[in-house]
Amino acid sequence: MPDITLFRARRILTMNPNRPVVDHVAVRGGRILGAGTLDELTGWGDHRLDDRFADKVLMPGFVEGHAHAMEGTLWTKTYCGYFDRMDPGGKVWPGLKTLEAILDRLAQAESRLKDPDTPLSGWQLDPIYMDNLRVSRHDLDRVSSTRPIGVMHASGHIMNVNSKALELAGMLKPGINHPGIPLGNDGMPTGELKGPEVMMPVGVHVGFGRSFTDSDEQGLKDFARLCVRTGTTTITDLAARLEEDTVNMMLRVTGAEDFPARLVAFQFFMGLTPEALIERVNALRPRSTDRLRMTGIKVIADGSIQGFSARLRDPGYYNGAPNGLWYIAPEQMLEIYNRALRAGILVHTHTNGDQATELVLQHLETALRQFPSPNHRFTLQHAQMTDAAQFRKARNLGLCTNLFTNHLFYWGDEHYRLTVGPERAERMNACRSALDAGVPLAIHSDAPVTPLGPLFTAWCAVNRISASGRVLGEAQRISVAEALHAITLGAAYTLHMDGEVGSIEAGKKADFAVLEEDPTEVTPADLKDVPVWGTVQGGRVFAAADQ
Amino acid sequence: MIPVTLIGGYLGAGKTTLINTLLRHADGQRIAVLVNEFGALPIDADLIEAEGDQLISISGGCVCCSFGDDLAGGLRDLSALDPAPDHIVIEASGVALPGSVMATVSLVDGVAANATVVLADAATTTALLADPFLSDTVERQLTDADRIVVTKTDVAEHAVTRAVMSTLSQRWPEAEIVASDQGPAATILLAPSAPKTPVTVPHAVDDIHDSFELELPLLTQTGDLEAALAGLGSSLLRAKGFARTTQGDCYVVQAVGQTIEIAPGADQGPARLVVITRKGAIGKTDLDARFADLAGPTAENTTQVQR
Repeated sequence: MPDITLFRARRILTMNPNRPVVDHVAVRGGRILGAGTLDELTGWGDHRLDDRFADKVLMPGFVEGHAHAMEGTLWTKTYCGYFDRMDPGGKVWPGLKTLEAILDRLAQAESRLKDPDTPLSGWQLDPIYMDNLRVSRHDLDRVSSTRPIGVMHASGHIMNVNSKALELAGMLKPGINHPGIPLGNDGMPTGELKGPEVMMPVGVHVGFGRSFTDSDEQGLKDFARLCVRTGTTTITDLAARLEEDTVNMMLRVTGAEDFPARLVAFQFFMGLTPEALIERVNALRPRSTDRLRMTGIKVIADGSIQGFSARLRDPGYYNGAPNGLWYIAPEQMLEIYNRALRAGILVHTHTNGDQATELVLQHLETALRQFPSPNHRFTLQHAQMTDAAQFRKARNLGLCTNLFTNHLFYWGDEHYRLTVGPERAERMNACRSALDAGVPLAIHSDAPVTPLGPLFTAWCAVNRISASGRVLGEAQRISVAEALHAITLGAAYTLHMDGEVGSIEAGKKADFAVLEEDPTEVTPADLKDVPVWGTVQGGRVFAAADQ
Repeated sequence: MIPVTLIGGYLGAGKTTLINTLLRHADGQRIAVLVNEFGALPIDADLIEAEGDQLISISGGCVCCSFGDDLAGGLRDLSALDPAPDHIVIEASGVALPGSVMATVSLVDGVAANATVVLADAATTTALLADPFLSDTVERQLTDADRIVVTKTDVAEHAVTRAVMSTLSQRWPEAEIVASDQGPAATILLAPSAPKTPVTVPHAVDDIHDSFELELPLLTQTGDLEAALAGLGSSLLRAKGFARTTQGDCYVVQAVGQTIEIAPGADQGPARLVVITRKGAIGKTDLDARFADLAGPTAENTTQVQR
């Protein structure tokens, strides 16, 4: 049996400007021998022709530069979101538009639980789409008053629980005085818990304990199934606590012959001194494999805009809310940058507000003077409020940016109305400005905050339409070609992987997205609806239907 | 009830140094120190007797524990130790807001807030209060303080220290302000403080609204209340309550945006108002002042009321 496979497709969009469209690609040992015509490729030797993709369109496998493996684990809980969402098994769960619908779905999930003490956990509740509906413990008590119930909000910052859960946590009593625990007219907590300090002690009783953000084995596998369904072949786990047990599990799971994705896990910065952080990554780097890279550090500078915890420059929040929270002190950020640059370790920094972005720009400039690093590719993650001047500075400093274009759809109306106001909402996630300034661009979903789906993320960058249908800043729209670049080579570049993935050409990894239609030929408004058949990853074929 | 003292203040203010001094001179007091993460170990090596995963034993019967993101759990664990600690000290991170951290203490049985102590480095505080990135964070920390401890007064110049202490006492007159060398660490850090105004508990409020409950004084005429509400302009989203006049008449108050309705109603007890505004639109002090003015002139000079 020849070890070369020649795939034939209706069209292959290579993302290689030297030959952008071909119809054959030759693969051996997980790598591309070449992309071109049948005649050109038969020159490589004995081959097997595989024409299962004869009517499909191939693209480079999509690269998701900002997601969390937790997306896989969350699907073991009950989906309570407003929008339709596909689970790892391919089932599309309809979005829930009313409180009754949410309680109904929770009740159905409840009836399937055998052990009366097992907690019932829901996720992705988003009251902003339901007129800021306030869910109370009495509502959840209707589902069950004997079983502890907890429903996490989409923001990850608020949780609703029932009376039983409060009772187990010792909080079902009058006299509680905490800004994160609103009280009802009866003087008792309403069941709404705001902020990690109050969510945590109750969370342990409702399936949201300390380790719920870590992915487990099944969660990681489900994460990978979602990759196949969305055409994604390289994906980040962008805030992993890479403890020894977890690393061993991840090496084993990603090493399995049928694991369909390349995982890039970034070490989360919290809980380690800057020195220990560098040591940890230096110890992990050599253990990296083709499908598990442990080569970078993730820093978080501020919170979220819709949660009013992002750090903004003047004029601040549109509705007058006070400025947000720093998650790291400036000196600590500088020390991490200094040490990482010296050690040659990649750092990606979450900055939602423009003041947080400004801090990174200033501190990286300082660090680079001491440790000049022409190829550092440090990346501004989210960077939602970055303006043109900041992008120009970013370019001068060699920074990349990964913009959160999905926010335009999911929270665009909130930003327009409440958080940053109309003018700044129209230039949020300013892809056009980034490209014009020459900053290497990627775009992302931050799954599970929004669903994994690079074509949808590209659709957001191209169309900039909010959930209500409002266009947020026509001037910042980018072309389909630019968006497709951002979800392939653009994202790969931020991970130092543009030499091995992101385009279909000789020598690169055989990672393809297999699509039913050509995304460059549909109308831009339909980009998100291009169906995904599956992927080829490292030369192995994965059909979504088999996942 | 185990007293809990929170030590806050920006990076470099000297929290770790002062806590180590405290532990060195614990004099038989069993002090338990709670830190956010064991990232940067806050205990001097020579004080450590044994290091476990969760707990560090310190000479003299003291311990140090990290709480990750579960402070309530950390407090519960410490209060369950046998023998129980005499005092719990929480070392907040340099960017943490002490008020938020201390609020968690009220959730745990068996412990009670003793004092919120915020450290301010004599040499750097003035610059921090003007720093474009950090000023509002440092201000909020100092606002949360019952006691502000000015540190490094031995290295800063006298004039600098005096200027800082003057600034602090002017801007935060309700806080007790001491220099770190004014007494033993135990006194400076652990002395109880007079309880400050309790946290206003939001009445089912969210991140975009502020909600205030006010007692209303007896009104001379309802037009005064109407004017006060109208004076809030677009900051006012809703108001609802019950007013009484000096003549003994009772009124129901309802306001939605700029539409204000004050109509005669049944007696509902003491006059009070719930006011809901856009978040941050108006401070409690300002609001109190506007409605306290409604108490109006005495009976002798009612004719001088201007509207």
